[in-house]
Amino acid sequence: MEGVTGNLDLFWSGYLTSLGICLWGMVGSLILGTIIASFRVSPVPPLRVFGTAYVTIVRNSPLTVVLFLFAFGLPEIGINRSYYFFGVTALIIYTSAFVCEAVRSGINSVSAGQAEAGRSIGLTFTQSLGQVVLPQAFRTSVPPIGSVIIAMFKNSAVVGAFGVGGDLFSVGANLTSAQGYAAFPVLTGVAIGYLCITIPAGLLLGVIERKVAIAR
Amino acid sequence: MSAPETVLYDAPGPRAKRRALIGAVVVTAGILALLYVAATRLHEQGQFSMDLWGPLINPGDENFQAVWRLLLKGLQATLTAAVLAILLSLVVGTALGTARMMLGRWSRVPLVGLIELLRGLPVVITIYFASRVMPEVGLNVGFLPGQNGLWFLVIGLMLYNSVIIAEILRAGVASLPRGQGEAARAIGMTEGQVMRTVLLPQAFRTMLPALISQLVVVLKDTSLAAVLGIYIELLRRGNIIALNLDNPIQVLFVVALMFIAMNYGLSRLAVWTERRLSRSKTGAKPELAEAESTAAAGA
Repeated sequence: MEGVTGNLDLFWSGYLTSLGICLWGMVGSLILGTIIASFRVSPVPPLRVFGTAYVTIVRNSPLTVVLFLFAFGLPEIGINRSYYFFGVTALIIYTSAFVCEAVRSGINSVSAGQAEAGRSIGLTFTQSLGQVVLPQAFRTSVPPIGSVIIAMFKNSAVVGAFGVGGDLFSVGANLTSAQGYAAFPVLTGVAIGYLCITIPAGLLLGVIERKVAIAR
Repeated sequence: MSAPETVLYDAPGPRAKRRALIGAVVVTAGILALLYVAATRLHEQGQFSMDLWGPLINPGDENFQAVWRLLLKGLQATLTAAVLAILLSLVVGTALGTARMMLGRWSRVPLVGLIELLRGLPVVITIYFASRVMPEVGLNVGFLPGQNGLWFLVIGLMLYNSVIIAEILRAGVASLPRGQGEAARAIGMTEGQVMRTVLLPQAFRTMLPALISQLVVVLKDTSLAAVLGIYIELLRRGNIIALNLDNPIQVLFVVALMFIAMNYGLSRLAVWTERRLSRSKTGAKPELAEAESTAAAGA
């Protein structure tokens, strides 16, 4: 047990680092995912093709492969950044494909009459998307986007395992491997740390869902 | 390009058509410019040289045979782990799901707790947990065929995915018409018989697309072993090759293509199965597959 009780400060700072990765990932993937989703529904064919290709490629490759390509591939062409930067970027690239699909399913669920009404009073594509469809689409997309984001919180552990350093996973790996503490209590501590991110996130999502729920 | 299925914009008139054309040209030019920049960058750093690509695409290269033999070995390792994991998850998940549905309100509390707990954990943690804690507490996997690492990976994947399958199964049973269970009870079947002979077979049918989507997740998650370094599967194998030949971009590109091809095929299969099931007259309508494919973000 002393592996946990004696290192509570390490666990706390690991928790904060993990939380930081999650927050960067959330902000980045929500923005990028929404942009790609608007590509996929745009009237310009090359944008649609680009969006579809992006989603198909990224969704079907494992996060670890994206991570490896970033961390081992980019330095080969002279782009050298920290593992933290590569890790968070890969996480954003990967998650945004799923966010895109969640937003798009929301857009498709907005009834045709809404967009038609917007168009009939003379709104352009940008206006009808931005002022009529997307605000409604986001409400419908909250549950799927929420589960994508929670999955991303869990995926942040992969980024940690890859060797960002200082996050919850690294703390656990370091204490058990280098310092030789028993694995069971330490890794249970790590697991509890992640549950302290995912469970509150799930509860918060439930609250938001009830707040924005619309009868359609 | 066929007409998009959207109501966001009208059938374009002459002016909109012109604007869309201009947009298309600008965007295409932009994408081409981006590709050009990327390609020049790659070219400047000599990433297109046959020294780096040769072992992968030139059958005459001295390393070609060895590289592909190793890659296929890695692919085989990945598929072995994925198939074992999904089969075990199916068995354990069915048991968990059935138990959750059949137990009383209070006796299922610990089970629900366990399911919620495992659902909230990252898969990479469950795999790491299996690989570090099992040897420590004396749970030996040495008697099983294959390497220990394979079984740690499979057990770690199973811990997470069996719970997901239990939940898919529960959603499948819940989507059946109530009359199915009621009719079965009315002709005097026991609860066990109702579940086994009436509800589960139909639920499995309904959830087939969701199960295939879950297989995509499992296939992707096998590559977590490469990060943890416990088992040499496709990605790890590729990484070892790249370390030897010093061509990470090229090898990882090929590995990524292999993963994408397999997963794309499986996703298409899931969509196809779903269409087929929803066309057929009998059985319940599968409504959960679409929702599950979004949830497939779990990786």
